[in-house]
Amino acid sequence: MEIIYVYTRKRSEFGRPCSFSDRPATVNVDIPPDPSMASNFILRDPVDSSVQHTSDMSAHEVNTERVEVESHGINHVEGGWPKDINPQEMEQTVRFRKKVEKDENYVNTIMHLGTLMEHCVKQNNAINIYEEYFGEEDAAEVEDEPPSAKTINVIRSLFDVLLSKRDPNVTKRTATHLSWHPDTCRKLAVAYSSLEFQQNAKDMSFESYIWDLENSNKPELILKPSSPLVSLEYNPKDSHVLVGGCYNGQMAYWDTRKGGLPVEVSTVEVSHRDPVYGAIWLQSKTGTECFSASTDGQVLWWDIRKLSEPTESLVLDITRKGLLENALGAISLEFEPTMPTKFMVGTEQGIIIACNRKAKTPPEKITSIYSSHIGPVYALARNPFYPKVFLSVGDWTARIWSEETKESSIMWTKCHLSYLTDGCWSTARPSVFFTTRSDGTLDIWDFLFKQNDPSLSLKVCNEPLSSLRLQDNGCVIGCGSKLGTVTLLEISSGLCTLQRNEKNLATAMFERETKREKILEARHREMRLKERARSEGQATEVEEMLLEDPQEVLDRARQEFFEVIEAEMQKRTRAEARGLFSKIKDHMAAEVAMQEEESQLPKDKEEEEEEE
Amino acid sequence: AEVEETLKRIQAHKGVIATMVINAEGIPIRTTLDNSTTVQYAGLLHQLTTKARSTVRDIDPQNDLTFLRIRSKKHEIMIAPDKEYLLIVIQNPCE
Repeated sequence: MEIIYVYTRKRSEFGRPCSFSDRPATVNVDIPPDPSMASNFILRDPVDSSVQHTSDMSAHEVNTERVEVESHGINHVEGGWPKDINPQEMEQTVRFRKKVEKDENYVNTIMHLGTLMEHCVKQNNAINIYEEYFGEEDAAEVEDEPPSAKTINVIRSLFDVLLSKRDPNVTKRTATHLSWHPDTCRKLAVAYSSLEFQQNAKDMSFESYIWDLENSNKPELILKPSSPLVSLEYNPKDSHVLVGGCYNGQMAYWDTRKGGLPVEVSTVEVSHRDPVYGAIWLQSKTGTECFSASTDGQVLWWDIRKLSEPTESLVLDITRKGLLENALGAISLEFEPTMPTKFMVGTEQGIIIACNRKAKTPPEKITSIYSSHIGPVYALARNPFYPKVFLSVGDWTARIWSEETKESSIMWTKCHLSYLTDGCWSTARPSVFFTTRSDGTLDIWDFLFKQNDPSLSLKVCNEPLSSLRLQDNGCVIGCGSKLGTVTLLEISSGLCTLQRNEKNLATAMFERETKREKILEARHREMRLKERARSEGQATEVEEMLLEDPQEVLDRARQEFFEVIEAEMQKRTRAEARGLFSKIKDHMAAEVAMQEEESQLPKDKEEEEEEE
Repeated sequence: AEVEETLKRIQAHKGVIATMVINAEGIPIRTTLDNSTTVQYAGLLHQLTTKARSTVRDIDPQNDLTFLRIRSKKHEIMIAPDKEYLLIVIQNPCE
């Protein structure tokens, strides 16, 4: 809007001198504020904007080619005698020495150095500055540090990589089995083979390596069997001897002092007909006995001094007739030196067979059968602290069993999204075990701490992990992957040192779960007996019921399945949104869950009685 | 003569296992160990002393190395360096 002030003058008066006069201020225009116009204003959101003037940068990475280094040393044999003196001549050297000793400089220097030295020697004798001043304080309350593990070494079979530079078709082989050196734990024997059925490329090498952790670029020893090794074990008594099971079913044994070729190989006719998936040494006075299992359904015992024929054999036929046609293929083998006559075999069909070697007749060798997984049982391990409890790993879960309850496992993990490939117990803590998955993750479970989830889950690599082995001290773990990379991880001390009440708590937990299973088992048996009694009396009625059920059952099953999936997905998104939850809360929740379980048990029984 | 006395005195102290005097070229002038061991010590410790001295002087050029002690599991090696000679004493310090 314009504010105009008009000043007029007649033309005839132009040019006259101005006469100025003062007058008080007058208001010319008064524009009052109009509040209605305020609504036209749009308040601007306060915005932070930053301005920076820098030059554009870009990041580049450069990595040099790996340089092969070798260590060399020089050993001094003789000092730098002056040219004219022959070091072999005694008198020349003696004369030289005498001359030096007469030198004044020498005398002064030695006097000076001598006093200095004496001072230190006396000091050493007076006080031992490195002594322990405060006796072993009781290890302070272990801080609740989050469990962690860090990779200490990655062994890539570079040999394969180097070879592939010349020949790009070299196939990567899976690291199928790892075995730690029994004494030093610095050497690791890894068996490499390709387990794909009939995918063996012609140029795939058969070698397996023994690595020394100090020098992970080159294997310490290359083992050259006639067929790739599927399993490999150090002899716990004699650390130079290893036994290996081959892909073609033969057994071979090596002595590391004698080089890379096997000392003896079993004859093909009496060996297995399928890859030897499990080979374990036995406790014997001679330390030369071992046994092996394979998917051809046999378990064979060998004495390595005479590999031309097995000393004993067992056919894994659960109908106890000893027929090879009915036999189940064995995929994993388990043996605990403290129970030398018993061993367990995990089969491809998902059944675990516990056997007794010292039974009188072959059919009696098979003592009990556990129907465990839906797929092959990839790993079996007994708890080193509680031999009656063992872990089985297969399909998507890991289960813990007690020898007494045969119908079902006493504890099990939830179903994962990927197959579980291997598992083992911790040698230091009775409640910790490890599992590897086919998505490259290593899970560490501590069931005194958290039952539903692993207490630590680490993504080790992108390819599936195929084997797992814990070092005897319980702190370092080696995982082998499908492409042949072996990763060594060191786990935090919280996971490998025995906690205060751990043994008691673990015992209590195992007993409680076993009792629960026994009660359930007894209940099931009762129900079955009643069913049978009832069905004998009312045969026709039962048949009619069965006819109309299948379709309904199918629909109900489908609905339940989808509900479970939905619930799972929701739970997962919720868990992610919540982020890290406090451990204590979890622990308490676990405790409460355990108590709830207990109270549910009598409730279950009541429900079942009502149904009847 | 005084040199003799000094060295004998050092050798007589409690826990002392061996005493050696080595010149800058690595020749053992006087030693209580056998020749091959002495020569080995001579070569290795001479290099170590040079390295230690250069480290000290790199950090502060006015500084210089006066004494070097290496404590190992089994015993302690003490080296008194000089421009031309090295006096080395191996002692077992545990009571």
